[in-house]
Amino acid sequence: MGRMEYFLEIFFGGLTRGSIYALIALGYTMVYGIIQLINFAHGEIYMIGAFTALIVAGVLGSLGMPGYAILLLTLPIAVIYASAYGFTVEKIAYKPLRSAPRLSPLISAIGMSIFLQNYILLAQTADFLPFPNLLPYFDLPDFVGGILTSSEVTIVITAALVMAGLTSFIKFTRMGKAMRATAQNQRMAMLVGVNVDQVISLTFIIGSALAAIGGVLIASHIGQINFYIGFIAGIKAFTAAVLGGIGSVPGAMLGGLVLGWTESFATGYVSSDYEDVFAFALLVLILIFRPAGILGKADSQKV
Amino acid sequence: MQGLKKSLLTAVWFMFLTFPIMVIRVNTIEKTIVWRWENLALVGISVFLLSYVWRFLMSRRERGNKQNAFATDDRAQAFRALIEDRRIRYSLIAAFAIFVGVFPFLFSMYQVNIMISALIYIMLGLGLNIVVGLAGLLDLGFVAFYAVGAYAYALLNLHFGLGFWAVLPMAAVLGAFVGILLGFPVLRLRGDYLAIVTLGFGEIIRLVLENWGTFTRGPSGISNIPRPDLFGLEFGLQGRIIYMYYVVLALVLFTIAVVTRLKYSRIGRAWMALREDEIACQAMGIDKTQTKLMAFSLGATWAAMAGVVFAAKTSFINPASFTFLESAMILSIVVLGGMGSTVGVILGALILILLPEYLRAFAEYRMIVFGAIMVLFMVFRPQGLIRDRRLKRRFHPAESSKGAEAVPTGEGMARGAGSHG
Repeated sequence: MGRMEYFLEIFFGGLTRGSIYALIALGYTMVYGIIQLINFAHGEIYMIGAFTALIVAGVLGSLGMPGYAILLLTLPIAVIYASAYGFTVEKIAYKPLRSAPRLSPLISAIGMSIFLQNYILLAQTADFLPFPNLLPYFDLPDFVGGILTSSEVTIVITAALVMAGLTSFIKFTRMGKAMRATAQNQRMAMLVGVNVDQVISLTFIIGSALAAIGGVLIASHIGQINFYIGFIAGIKAFTAAVLGGIGSVPGAMLGGLVLGWTESFATGYVSSDYEDVFAFALLVLILIFRPAGILGKADSQKV
Repeated sequence: MQGLKKSLLTAVWFMFLTFPIMVIRVNTIEKTIVWRWENLALVGISVFLLSYVWRFLMSRRERGNKQNAFATDDRAQAFRALIEDRRIRYSLIAAFAIFVGVFPFLFSMYQVNIMISALIYIMLGLGLNIVVGLAGLLDLGFVAFYAVGAYAYALLNLHFGLGFWAVLPMAAVLGAFVGILLGFPVLRLRGDYLAIVTLGFGEIIRLVLENWGTFTRGPSGISNIPRPDLFGLEFGLQGRIIYMYYVVLALVLFTIAVVTRLKYSRIGRAWMALREDEIACQAMGIDKTQTKLMAFSLGATWAAMAGVVFAAKTSFINPASFTFLESAMILSIVVLGGMGSTVGVILGALILILLPEYLRAFAEYRMIVFGAIMVLFMVFRPQGLIRDRRLKRRFHPAESSKGAEAVPTGEGMARGAGSHG
């Protein structure tokens, strides 16, 4: 294989990875934008989405359904369940702590993350489970066939569509406007009649839904899941969110792609042993030298 | 009636929520499906009952918020008065000291070993308490310093044959140094960013330990780490364990002494002030970075010393002992015990380490319980089991005849200064 082809393969691998990171990062960034909380349990929501998909696909598969029908049923169910979990987590672990000092919801979020991980561990299994490939297979033209696979194409296109949908939702709908208002100033939004509780719940629901889509896509692509995948994916997606500037929706998308490429090129050209170290090192460097991220604005602390 | 309806709805919601995960188990290789319907009933009934408890606690919490924040309830006051009675207090402390002192001669070596672990966690908890409880810096990579200490002992012993007592102070210095090294760039960051960066550092250190095989021997770890010696004296197996117990006990007592002195010192009060309100604190002329760095590196010092003790106790270490879960466990000790409170952290460590040992049947539920503790304590009792007592003077209108006197109240971070917009 030529050097150019190797480069392109890594490039598209990074793009695929990056789109998934971006999908999960959106959940972090939206929640952070609205209530200034790092939702540590978000990675777990992504993992639960993937697990629900695995279970539903397994049941439907045993009923002898065809592949496309399984995908069409599995994805919405996984999205609904992940959203329901996101919604419930907010109600239990974060809502009672709205007026508490900042450290309290953060610790509560870490607790929730550990709780959900072990909930899956106990109720399901600690082993890696093989995940059926739900993504449609199609033949690619010859000149790209060696470089990228059909599931990579599906992932990138799906992610792009979802992100375009989210952007227009935030930009053009009434609810999107309410979300932006709450992010700017919660109390003022309340004064002009925005139902802040509802907006926060909706933010968690949308973020969780995106994470579930990401979970189903990547689990199909990689082919196995276990209860721990949410932890690493969560930290990486958070890195992506911070990289782009936390609180900024386009920033999360850009950050996801930058992180995906960084990882792909670092593992492709340097060493694969330290795959996770590159992500963490990037996070640390970004936070030290540009804490506001690529697209974020540095805000001064008000008294 | 309203309550019944609410609880029923909550139960149904959770039955829906947990249905796929709790009921269905799919084996994707053999294409078999196990349906566990009994779990659905279990979830329904327990959520139904728990939702009553939840609402009761919520209503109590709301009442607590409305009440005068200074009013403590009578029972707590009576208990405190009892504890503060000198004779009772001293005899309690004496009884406890005697029990701890003769512990290894009363119980089997198995029990003593467990107690040594608990003591190590007390050291770790007290170290993290400086960082999280006093200075209010959420450090999620605390285990990194623990690993630094453990590997320092293992490697120095392996390559240079240095003994426990030689390495202990070296590890303490090394821990402080690594703490400063890591802390310096990250302490400018806001609280929640700090949490993530320390988490990242913790993972980096573990991954490096795992992958840098030539230096650390990789995932297979280092074995045959010697236990501490006493001027070259040799003990039998049992003697060594008992000696280890007293070494750790002495270190814990040393830790308690230092931490208590620190807490009421100038720097300790600066930490607490910084925790409550950074901006006000800086306006009072406290050097933010230096004060935070001090907390961070002091915490790291204790983690590194605990690491040395851990390596000596188990005589085998590998990177798997230093995962994020370990950091989470130490954090839950601090949260459960009461952030900032020394007695609380000791109690927290004893509960969280000893209980799972004796309730072996529930060992697999250990982590899920830790997670639940963190959430529930933050929601219902953010001050932990033992409220941190802060000495302060305040004016008490109801007892104005007594004038303003120093009354200890636990105005910890629990109901602290709130967030800044």
